[in-house]
Amino acid sequence: MKTVDLQKQSVRELNQALHDQVAECTEREWVVTDPKGAHNIACGLDQNLTVDIQGHAGYYCAGMNKKAHITVHGNVGQGVAENMMSGVVRIKGDASQAAGATAHGGLLVIEGNAGARCGISMKGVDIVVKGNVGHMSCFMGQAGNLVVCGDAGDALGDSLYEVHIYVKGSVKSLGADCVEKEMRPEHISELSELLNRAGVEEDPAAFKRYGSARQLYNFKVDNASAY
Amino acid sequence: MCGIVGLYLKNKALESELGALFTPMLIAMTDRGPDSAGFAIYGDEVAADWVKLTLRHPDINYDWEILAGRIKEAFAAPVEWFSNNKVAVFKVQTSAEQLEPFIAEQAPEVLVLSAGRSIEILKEVGLPADIAKTFNLPGMQGSHIIGHTRMATESAVTMEGSHPFSTGEDLCLVHNGSLSNHNRLRLELQREGIRFETENDSEVAAGYLTWRLKQGDTLGEALEHALKDLDGFFTFAIGTRNGFAVMRDPIACKPAVLAETDDYVAMASEYQALTTLPGIENAKVWEPEPATLYVWERDQ
Repeated sequence: MKTVDLQKQSVRELNQALHDQVAECTEREWVVTDPKGAHNIACGLDQNLTVDIQGHAGYYCAGMNKKAHITVHGNVGQGVAENMMSGVVRIKGDASQAAGATAHGGLLVIEGNAGARCGISMKGVDIVVKGNVGHMSCFMGQAGNLVVCGDAGDALGDSLYEVHIYVKGSVKSLGADCVEKEMRPEHISELSELLNRAGVEEDPAAFKRYGSARQLYNFKVDNASAY
Repeated sequence: MCGIVGLYLKNKALESELGALFTPMLIAMTDRGPDSAGFAIYGDEVAADWVKLTLRHPDINYDWEILAGRIKEAFAAPVEWFSNNKVAVFKVQTSAEQLEPFIAEQAPEVLVLSAGRSIEILKEVGLPADIAKTFNLPGMQGSHIIGHTRMATESAVTMEGSHPFSTGEDLCLVHNGSLSNHNRLRLELQREGIRFETENDSEVAAGYLTWRLKQGDTLGEALEHALKDLDGFFTFAIGTRNGFAVMRDPIACKPAVLAETDDYVAMASEYQALTTLPGIENAKVWEPEPATLYVWERDQ
């Protein structure tokens, strides 16, 4: 196990050391101490590593992650795990806005609350939030799953493509083209598997499913006057 | 982009350390605002029939004693004053309504940065660390303080365009964001008698609050109206004589983080600015909700 104290080494040095594990993996387990809200911690990883960040992190933590398992024992700023491709990112505290933005794959677990625009333009990632999500979450979400064990803010799933959204609590309002859908056995099974992977104990039957009404996919001549 | 920070002490025993606790918070936001910086500190309160003004003259060698003498003579009232770099704090047994026009007439080149019983506003162009040193911020005492580091976007880098903006007696505002309807709103507020020194959008937000408060709003009501009437992006930190408030616009693009312990409430654009506070490791740390007013006030 290798420990990096961010008050003694820079984020750039940490990230370079983590990137160096791609060519030759000499250390699988990393611990980052005293992050003090620094931005861009553990970005662009591309190796099967575990990284434990002990404290609050700033913006874009674990961005562009591939393969690595990154855990933050604290809160994170905006854009955590943005554009993640694979691997697992787990936040023990809260996440600010745009968590998991544009992420293509992997699993993002937020054990606290997520701010506005969680999963904005997500493209295949699975996101499980134990708490609440803020307004405009899953805006233009294209693929993947968003699971919210708490409540969702305004305009959930606005301009949604094909993300499956599961919410246990209340939804303040649905965005354009987002509708509640029937929870069929395959969705219970999909949600059970997601909760299981995230290590979250909830009853899948207590959730409601939301998805795209698919009315905004194509140009409709009837709407021409609106442009 | 700008940085905003605020520190409100719940534990009076820390008041002698307010400036020392706040200085690293302001400096931590240099990356977000290297153009100018300023702060509004509350403390050293004068009696109810006195007023405290923060005045600034562009000449560091300006003779404040002469102005003090004229005030003493004209108002037949006691005057206490001290200077700090280009700024002087005057305490006079009179009202702001009486004193401000007198100063404008006697010393037109003197700018009134703040008026009230408790507030002092200090701001300059330059790096936050330099400004903290210029005014000896680490040595300052008080009950609460809000500060701003500016990266100028919509108006010039000048002392006048720096934050905080005073919005009436003992009230001030710092702003991260940009307002899109400030020109129209400024004209409307000017018709209502609100004066503006700059082309700055944040000053319009400050003037708006002043106007609402004159209409009889409480601070909470004024900010509720601001949510409707201000168009644009904002995170505000607002100082009052006995408290401070934080509010973000409904879209909430501009960042904010709050931290609370038994000793203090702290606010910053980024968590990095809070890491030097005592006990921050165990503080309650959270992101304020959009379009939600957070207020902390101490008993009068």
